[in-house]
Amino acid sequence: MKAWFALGATLLLAGSALADSNLPPARYANVALPDRAEEAQAKALMETLRCLVCQGQSIADSDAEMAGDMRSLVRERIAAGESPADIRRWLVERYGDYVTYDPPLSPLTAPLWLAPIALLAVGGAVAARSFRRKRG
Amino acid sequence: MKRGLIWLPLGAFALLFAVVASGLVRPADRTVRSAMIGKDIPTFSLPAMVPGKPGLGSAVFHQGQPRLLNIFASWCIPCMAEAPQLKQIQQQGVEIDAIAIRDTAPAVRGFLQRYGDPYARIGSDVDSSVQLALGSSGVPESFVIDGQGRIVLQHVGDIRAEDVAEIVAAVRNTR
Repeated sequence: MKAWFALGATLLLAGSALADSNLPPARYANVALPDRAEEAQAKALMETLRCLVCQGQSIADSDAEMAGDMRSLVRERIAAGESPADIRRWLVERYGDYVTYDPPLSPLTAPLWLAPIALLAVGGAVAARSFRRKRG
Repeated sequence: MKRGLIWLPLGAFALLFAVVASGLVRPADRTVRSAMIGKDIPTFSLPAMVPGKPGLGSAVFHQGQPRLLNIFASWCIPCMAEAPQLKQIQQQGVEIDAIAIRDTAPAVRGFLQRYGDPYARIGSDVDSSVQLALGSSGVPESFVIDGQGRIVLQHVGDIRAEDVAEIVAAVRNTR
């Protein structure tokens, strides 16, 4: 009983710890850029940036206030003429590769990029062997 | 050779079991840390949050004296919990500046009246832009910045009683 109460209290507190502020969303959090091409660029970039407070979502999918602020930042910078690659680099400088869903190739992420190729090769070898056996 | 192969599935299972069990016993650290530690604080200038207290610009972190930069908000519950610890740190001679995230003047004034005011300056960051520039991903967070504008320490989450000594030491050691 006591444990359940403690659990309930913890969950309640956890909910309010993520409380939202009283301010409205940032200017371009939920407003598309007037220029269609720029908006498409911004949208594509937002889908590959991780929301920092809701870690399994992209900032395009998240309702978190911080994700809204990040969307606004992306749109404002695209509108100011910055390239998506520059914006991504700016964020990676601050949060590490963690912030991008399109991780660069580095010793740490190499398995991520190389494993599919290696698995394909193994699959090909297995298939080739079993075909050969059938014929023989 | 063929005999040995019979153990392969069991071996694979044991390996998988070990991986899953280690994840249960020692869960991964989900804290998002700033990649700015060791780098210079970005240039910014924020307007005053409350009347009678100056706003915050990055220039103040280049004046030779190490400072603590606290990122907080009046709507943030752990920020209330860390207020006594901030007071303690201030009483030990550390200058504390703050950035208030997405906040209003009346709400911050109320917060300071209720939980104490250890801050020399408070800048108002209405769209989290300076917070993002710092690589901070929530409230509260605190950064120790040496007198040359370099970020030397980031503390994610509320400062607990047991963290006070470490933060004060980090400020003293950069002198």
